[in-house]
Amino acid sequence: MPDVAVIGFAQAPNVRETPGTTNGVEMLVPLLATAYRQTGLSKQDIEFWCSGSSDYLAGRAFSFIAAVDAIGAFPPIHESHVEMDAAWAFYEAWLKIRMGEVDTALVYGFGKSSAGQLRRVLALQLDPYFTAPLWPDSISIAALQARAGLDAGLWSEKDLAEVAARSLADAADNPLAQFSGATGAAELLDSPMVADPLRRHDIAPVTDGAAVVVLASEERARDLVERPAVISGIEHRVDSPVLGARDLTRSPSTAAAGAAAGIDGVEVAELHAPFTHQELILRRELGLGDGVRINPSGGVLTGNPMFAAGLARIGEAAKRILDGGARRTLAHATSGPALQQNLVAVLERRD
Amino acid sequence: MNIGFDYTRSVGPVLGRFVNGLAAHRIEGVRGSDGRVHVPPVEYDPLTAEALTEFVEVGTEGTVKSWTWMAEPLDGQPLSRPFAWALIQLDGADTAMLHAVDVPGPEHMSTGMRVAVRWADETVGHIRDIAYFRPVRTDTADAGPTADPPPVAEREEGDPVGVVITPVHLKYRHSASPEESRYLRALAKGKLIGQRCPVCHKVYLPPRGACPTDGVPTTDEVELPDTGIITTFCVVNVPFLGQRIKPPYVTAYVLIDGADIAFLHLILGCDAADVRMGMRVRASWRPREEWTTSLENIAHFEPTGEPDAPYESFAHHL
Ligand SMILES: [Zn+2]
Repeated sequence: MPDVAVIGFAQAPNVRETPGTTNGVEMLVPLLATAYRQTGLSKQDIEFWCSGSSDYLAGRAFSFIAAVDAIGAFPPIHESHVEMDAAWAFYEAWLKIRMGEVDTALVYGFGKSSAGQLRRVLALQLDPYFTAPLWPDSISIAALQARAGLDAGLWSEKDLAEVAARSLADAADNPLAQFSGATGAAELLDSPMVADPLRRHDIAPVTDGAAVVVLASEERARDLVERPAVISGIEHRVDSPVLGARDLTRSPSTAAAGAAAGIDGVEVAELHAPFTHQELILRRELGLGDGVRINPSGGVLTGNPMFAAGLARIGEAAKRILDGGARRTLAHATSGPALQQNLVAVLERRD
Repeated sequence: MNIGFDYTRSVGPVLGRFVNGLAAHRIEGVRGSDGRVHVPPVEYDPLTAEALTEFVEVGTEGTVKSWTWMAEPLDGQPLSRPFAWALIQLDGADTAMLHAVDVPGPEHMSTGMRVAVRWADETVGHIRDIAYFRPVRTDTADAGPTADPPPVAEREEGDPVGVVITPVHLKYRHSASPEESRYLRALAKGKLIGQRCPVCHKVYLPPRGACPTDGVPTTDEVELPDTGIITTFCVVNVPFLGQRIKPPYVTAYVLIDGADIAFLHLILGCDAADVRMGMRVRASWRPREEWTTSLENIAHFEPTGEPDAPYESFAHHL
C-alpha cells in the first residue's frame, strides 16, 4: 500500500462573520486556487474530493451539494462528504489513496457558524432522547467538564488562563487568526465568568471559515513538492455519547488514537481544543511533554471554523514540514461534545 | 429564517420503560455488564455493547457531580430564569444525568450538594417530566416550571408511551452572496440580471458565486428580457398543506431568452392541458407598488402565442 502525503494547505481568514452564503462557495473558491498553485495540480488532476460540513450549521438541506459548485464539478467528479469535521473527510481520502484507488485527493471543510446560534445548534449532536430535548448548549457542557477537572485538582483557573495567553501570543504570527495579542494570564483572570468556571478566554470564538488540504501518494507527492508531509500514522476513536457515564476529565479515545498512530518523537502538536481545559486533557492523554511545541498557529482558541478547524490542524502540522521548519509533527481533531471523538495524525519528513 | 420540526421517535423497550416510569413519578435505570446502574438507561452497555435488560428503580434525590451556571437561558432549555446545569447522580445510580437545578444564583451551587426532582405539573412520559431539580435543603420558595409540557403522540387509551416528540426550532440569518444581491436589487426595479461565466460563457440567472462547471465566480453582468420558453413542466393535481393556488395548475422550468439555466415558476393564462415543452412565455409582473427584492415580483408566466421553440434548441437544458 502506498504511503500518503500532504502537499498543500490553504485556509480562509478566521472571521466572526463572512458576507457570503452558508454553502461556503465564496470562501472555498480562492482556497482552491491557492491549493492548485501550491501543488501545480489542476482540477482535472484531482482524482477524489471529500468534504466535511453540516446542514444544521448551514440551516439548509444538502448544503454540501451547493458547495460542490466551488469545484466546478463538470465533467462529473468522484466526490464524497462527511457530516463531521473535514479531518474525517481527510481520513476517507487517506484511505482511498492507501487502497490504491486514486493517486491524488483534495479535502475541504467549511462552516458559517455566524448564520445561527452555534452553542444551541451544537445541542443537536447530543443523545436525542434524554439530553438534546433539554437543549444543553456546547459551552455549558464544556463548563461541566472544566469543573470536574478543577474539583479533581487536575488544573486550576490559572492553568486555563495560561493556555489562553500562550495561544493568543502565538496567534500574533498568524495573519489568519481571528484573535491575537499579548495578554498575561493574571489579566485574563480578572474577566467575568461566561459559564462558571469558564471565562471568555477559555472558549473558542464563533468563527466563519474554510480549509483545503491536498493529498497525494508519497511517490506522486515527491514529483510535486520539495518536502511532502508524509502521514506515518492516522487513527480515530470514539467515547460513549453518554456524558454522565464518562469520566469527563479523561479522553480514552484520544489516548487510544495517539497510541495507534505512533506519536513518539513529535516536535510540534496542533491540538483541536475548543476550550482551554481540553488542551490540558489532550496533552495528558497523548503524553506530550514540555519539549513539544503546542499550537504554534495559536490553535482554535484564536479562530475555530466549525467543520474546518480539525482539518486546519492537519494543514498547520503539515505546513511545518512543507516549509522545512520541522521533521515530525502531530495533528489532532475533535468532534462531538466534550471531546467525544478524536483523530490523531502524525506527519513526517522523509529524505 | 425560522426552521422547525417536531422530531418523533419511538422509544423501544428500554428507553420506553424509563419514560413511562417518569409519567408515574418513578425513575428506573438499567444495570450494565459491569454492574453499574445507568440512569438514564442505555440500551446497550457502553463497554461491551451487550443488550441490557435488568431494570433498577433508583431514588428521586441525588448528588451534584459537576455544575455550571446558565446566566441567560436559551430557547428550549428547562427554565427561562437563570439556573444551573448539573450532572446529577441519583441515589442508587452509578452514572450521572444532565439536568437543570433551580437556585437563585451560582453561590447556591456546589459539587456534592444534594438535590431532588421537581416533577412537571403534568407528566406525559418524556425527559421533561422532570421539570428541574431543587436543593434538598433550601429556604427559597419554588417559583414553578416555566415551560409547557412537550407535545404528546396519539395513542390508544391505556397504552404505554411508545413515542416521544421533541420540537426543534432554530433561527438562521441567511445572507445573499454579492452576486445574488445584485440580482435581487435588480428585481426590485423590475429587471432580470444574470451573469456570464468568464470561462464557459454560460449566462446564469440568478448569478452565482461559482460556475458549477468551472468553479470560478460569474462576473460579467447581463440584463435579460422577461420572455423565454418552458423546458419542462409538471401539472399539480394534488392538494397539499400550504398550497396557495387551486389545482390543477402548472409549475415549469422557464428558460429566459439569453440565459443558460432555467428556474422554476408558475404558468397561468392557459388551460393546464395546453402547456407544452418549448412553449413561449412572458413574465406577468405584479403591480409596481408591490415589488420587493424577490422573484415573487413576477406573479407567473403566461403564453405569448408565438410559435414553439424547436426541441433541439433546448434539449441540452433538460
Ligand atoms: Zn463556466
